Amino acid sequence: MHLSPDEIIFWQDGFLKLNATIVFTWALMLVLVVGSLLVTRKLSRDLSRSRWQNLLEILVTGIEKQIAEVGLRDARTYLGFLGTLFLFVAAASLATIIPGYEPPTGSLSTTTALALCVLVAVPFFGIADQGLGGYLKSYMEPTVMMLPFNIISEVSRTLALAVRLFGNMMSGTMIIAILLTITPFLFPILMTALGLLTGMVQAYIFSILAAVYIAAATRTRKPKPATNP
Amino acid sequence: MLIDWFTVGAQVINFLVLVWLLKRFLYRPILDAIDAREQRIAAELADADAKRAEAKQERETFQHKNQEFDQQRAALFTHAMDEAKAERRRLLDEARQTADALRDKRQEALRQEADQLNQALMHRTEQEVFAIARKTLTDLAGASLEERLVDVFIERLGAMDSEAHTLFAEALKATSEPVRVRSAFELPPAQRELIQAALNSRFETEVPVQFEAGPDLVGGIELTANGQQVGWSIADHLRSLEQGVRELLKAKDQSDVVPKPAQPAPDATHS
Repeated sequence: MHLSPDEIIFWQDGFLKLNATIVFTWALMLVLVVGSLLVTRKLSRDLSRSRWQNLLEILVTGIEKQIAEVGLRDARTYLGFLGTLFLFVAAASLATIIPGYEPPTGSLSTTTALALCVLVAVPFFGIADQGLGGYLKSYMEPTVMMLPFNIISEVSRTLALAVRLFGNMMSGTMIIAILLTITPFLFPILMTALGLLTGMVQAYIFSILAAVYIAAATRTRKPKPATNP
Repeated sequence: MLIDWFTVGAQVINFLVLVWLLKRFLYRPILDAIDAREQRIAAELADADAKRAEAKQERETFQHKNQEFDQQRAALFTHAMDEAKAERRRLLDEARQTADALRDKRQEALRQEADQLNQALMHRTEQEVFAIARKTLTDLAGASLEERLVDVFIERLGAMDSEAHTLFAEALKATSEPVRVRSAFELPPAQRELIQAALNSRFETEVPVQFEAGPDLVGGIELTANGQQVGWSIADHLRSLEQGVRELLKAKDQSDVVPKPAQPAPDATHS
């Protein structure tokens, strides 16, 4: 019984190692990239298009719309980062229906990595939007007194992001594993279905929170018409 | 420890690579395709709008033209109707006039024909009547009638008024030719002598006399001297009768022409 796929190690050479997290991440990446390649290879620009293209278009435009609803002005600038966050987390949860699969998001290392990416992306987009001075000034709003609290909030919310996703995904697989030993047949299926749902919700929450943080960094003085998750 | 820092680093790199790959192979092509389609749809909508506007304008132009055409047609129709009416009236008038003229002409022709027929009939009747009279009288005339005629002649000679007598005497003196005595038949010598004696006694001189026979007199004796004539014959009577009848006919003709009533013409106008 292991808590994280990090513990399943296929190959190790000192500090370098190839564990289940990295392998399943690569597999997911391969599926996502090859899938998009196959569909986008023969894109139709006419009114009639294939159903796969339709699916991807709905997905992409849906993400774009969500980002815009959060309050980011130029949604396409953030689409690459936020969209990939959502797609990766969602795909990781969706793949749990495959037997023997361990979601990479069930590893605290992966969620930490994603949270660290968000932690870096927020000041990156903030500085790109309002300049270095403008961005740093936002830490001293409304007064200089708030500076340490702002920094703490920045760090703590990153931690919260990482732990929230990890907890949810890990618990899901854990519950299934435990239930399988107790009540083998019907109940684990229900729990898998529930896990799919929570996985989708987590993917949504993760990317929306990242969008909200970026929006807060880029548009501090502007009113946000966004809906909080 | 749940966090393996090598895995964290690897996952960060993995994630960034995934971001780049998906940008390259998913978002950009899909968004490009969507943009292209939206542009195309917008272009098509704009095109459709332009076409609709154009169609509307053309429809209005067409309607306007249609109205104009209707008006023109109505005007032309009215004009044509008026012209046709005028033409009809003119033709009717012309036809009526022609019919009237024809009717008059025909009436005239009829009347003339009737007149001619009438006249021919009258002439014929007259000729027949006189021919019969002449024939009858010629048949009747004989020597005894001649004798009686000579008596009547002599009587007339005696009863001649003074004016005629003077004229005749002057005529006798003026000419050297003999006096001509014409009769229908050759007079016997006794009666010639009687006439000679009567002339001599009447004009108190020896009158040279030439006797001639003229069957055209029908019956009677005629004395002619230098254009002056005295005598009596049936032909004379017949001639004066003929003249009387002709004058009567002429008078009748004239009275026929003047009060001729206008007969109702056959209806030439079918209006």
